[in-house]
Amino acid sequence: MNPVNYLYLAALLFTIGAAGVLIRRNAIVLFMCVELMLNASNLALVTFSRLHGNLDGQIMAFFTMVVAAAEVVVGLAIIVSIFRTRHSASVDDSNLMKL
Amino acid sequence: MNSLIPLLIAAPLAGAALLLLGGRRLDRSGHWIGVLAAAVSFAFGLVLFFQMLGRPVSQRAVDVKLFSWISVGGFQANAAFQLDQLSIVFVLLITGVGSLIHVYSVGYMAHDERRRRFFGYLNLFLAAMLLLVLADNYLLLYVGWEGVGLASYLLIGFWQHKVSAATAAKKAFIVNRVGDVGLSIAIMLMFTQFGSFTFSQVFAAAPQESRGGLTAIGLLLLLAACGKSAQVPLQSWLGDAMEGPTPVSALIHAATMVTAGVYLITRSNAIFDLAPDARLAVVCVGAVTLLYGAIVGCAKDDIKKALAGSTMSQIGYMVLAAGLGPIGYVFAIMHLVTHGFFKAGLFLGAGSVMHGMNDEVNMRYYGGLRKHLPITFATFGLGYLAIIGFPGLSGYFSKDRIIEAAFAEGGTEGWILGLTALVGAAVTAFYMTRIMLMTFFGERRWQPDGKGELPHPHEAPRVMTLPMIVLAVGSVLAGGLFTINDAFVNWLTPVTGHSEGNSPLSSGTVTLITIVCMVAGIGVSYLVYGRSAVPVNPPVGSALTRAARRDLLQDDINHALLVRPGSALTAALVYFDVKGLDGVVNGVSATIGGLSSRVRRVQNGYVRSYALSMFGGTLVLVATTLLMRSV
Repeated sequence: MNPVNYLYLAALLFTIGAAGVLIRRNAIVLFMCVELMLNASNLALVTFSRLHGNLDGQIMAFFTMVVAAAEVVVGLAIIVSIFRTRHSASVDDSNLMKL
Repeated sequence: MNSLIPLLIAAPLAGAALLLLGGRRLDRSGHWIGVLAAAVSFAFGLVLFFQMLGRPVSQRAVDVKLFSWISVGGFQANAAFQLDQLSIVFVLLITGVGSLIHVYSVGYMAHDERRRRFFGYLNLFLAAMLLLVLADNYLLLYVGWEGVGLASYLLIGFWQHKVSAATAAKKAFIVNRVGDVGLSIAIMLMFTQFGSFTFSQVFAAAPQESRGGLTAIGLLLLLAACGKSAQVPLQSWLGDAMEGPTPVSALIHAATMVTAGVYLITRSNAIFDLAPDARLAVVCVGAVTLLYGAIVGCAKDDIKKALAGSTMSQIGYMVLAAGLGPIGYVFAIMHLVTHGFFKAGLFLGAGSVMHGMNDEVNMRYYGGLRKHLPITFATFGLGYLAIIGFPGLSGYFSKDRIIEAAFAEGGTEGWILGLTALVGAAVTAFYMTRIMLMTFFGERRWQPDGKGELPHPHEAPRVMTLPMIVLAVGSVLAGGLFTINDAFVNWLTPVTGHSEGNSPLSSGTVTLITIVCMVAGIGVSYLVYGRSAVPVNPPVGSALTRAARRDLLQDDINHALLVRPGSALTAALVYFDVKGLDGVVNGVSATIGGLSSRVRRVQNGYVRSYALSMFGGTLVLVATTLLMRSV
């Protein structure tokens, strides 16, 4: 099977994730979309690794997964905390950071 | 014994320092320290005078270099003194009259709680004035010139709790500054033209200088003299200066400081002799001022202001004489000295009258005082006879010679100046008789004071009358003594030079006409103020009288010509500053502020819009990178 197809899939997943981040309001969904974008880029990295015949891309992907795991911990904690105080998970309600 | 010359200045300077820095523990004895300092200085002056008298004529002038003051490259200024026949006359006048007025002030200021400071200022004035007349170069003279200006300012505003006194002091200072600028520019010109400002070097180099340069220096010196001597057009401060205590008016604004301008012109005779155009300006100023002051003196009801007008007029005579050149220098100084005696005496008399009349200065509220103040009446009367030029008294000798000298100028100019001086003499007799009649004769027009009590005029204490008597004796005798064997003329000729000129009228004729003018002035004055009662409220009077009461509109003219354009200029500059400079700065900041408050709307707080902009930015970056790579 042609490995380039994986790249198309990765682009599709990334686009879905980006569109979700821009369009959706629920913080959890937003978060999942971000993860989707990260995994899309992981897929692309692994595919490049395969195409070039070395392990650089795979090592990058491991890094991404570790960072994403850490990010999930912090991000979910923030979301829970916001939900507790505001009783809402909508990111549009958290709009105080403006003049 | 030349070391006495610096001590002459040091004595009053030390007195001033002691009194002004000594603090309250000198409050009770301070005035006698002031008197002592003045008297010591006078004693030194007498010693120096007799020493000078003992030397042959060619060796009378002496120079003393105290120390090198400023030395920068070619610029050498020494603190050096020159005592010659002209300086010693001034030294004796300043310290002599000064000592008398110090003694008088002991009585006059007896009840003033700031008396110690008053004497400190008086001593400071003496020191500065002596420095002025003893300096051997223009720069040191300038120091004294500014010093007397400062002392004058401090003393006019001595009763600074009165707004009028504070304002008058400021006015005198500012008007004097205008003249001072003339002197400072003249000194700079001398330095650029002659490379020096010592009298001897400047006068030696003057003949090689172009006529234009000399005229410029002469006119600038005249400007300086106008400021200090209250000559038209810088005359406006003298009348207001009468706000100061009366001894100050007598010493500074009658006898000594205001004559500094005459000294300056006479001292610079080498320059003025070579600059006939500048001399013409000097005589014009003198002639205009002698009439101006006389007219103002006729209309004033305030006894001190009437005397101030008279001072202005008499200094006009001196300036006129000084402007005549070698014909007149000697007589200018002679009139200056006799005027120092009789005008100081008149002012002290006025002070004595005010002392007896609860500080009332309006002559319309006087009248019939000759019985109550006999000594004042006698001394004032002698001063009066001296100033109007009554034959045999000092004013007769000095003023008569000035009128003769004016005629001796020759040609049309001589006639104009001579006739002006004659008219001035008549007007002098008129206003002085008016003062005399309104104050000492007629019925009492005394007004009750604030508590509803009529004044109880009483003769001043002896400490005040004694100086008045001495000055009265001086005003009687000085002129006659000076004229014996032409003593005064011969004394000053080595410094100023002297020539007789060629008068179209004989000396006897001029004297006769002068006496006729004087008698006419007295007669008219008697008709107006002697025969009929003087109204307590001033009559409306003619347009000239009304103008003269307001000092011939000097303040209005100054206001229209100088103050209003000056205010308009500052207003225009402020407008330019606010609208122009501030406008540009404020405009730039307002534009940036407005722009940024619009740009601020982008920060709307919605996460998705931030995400979108990040996304867009990334896209742009990627697109640009790809584009660059393909190119």
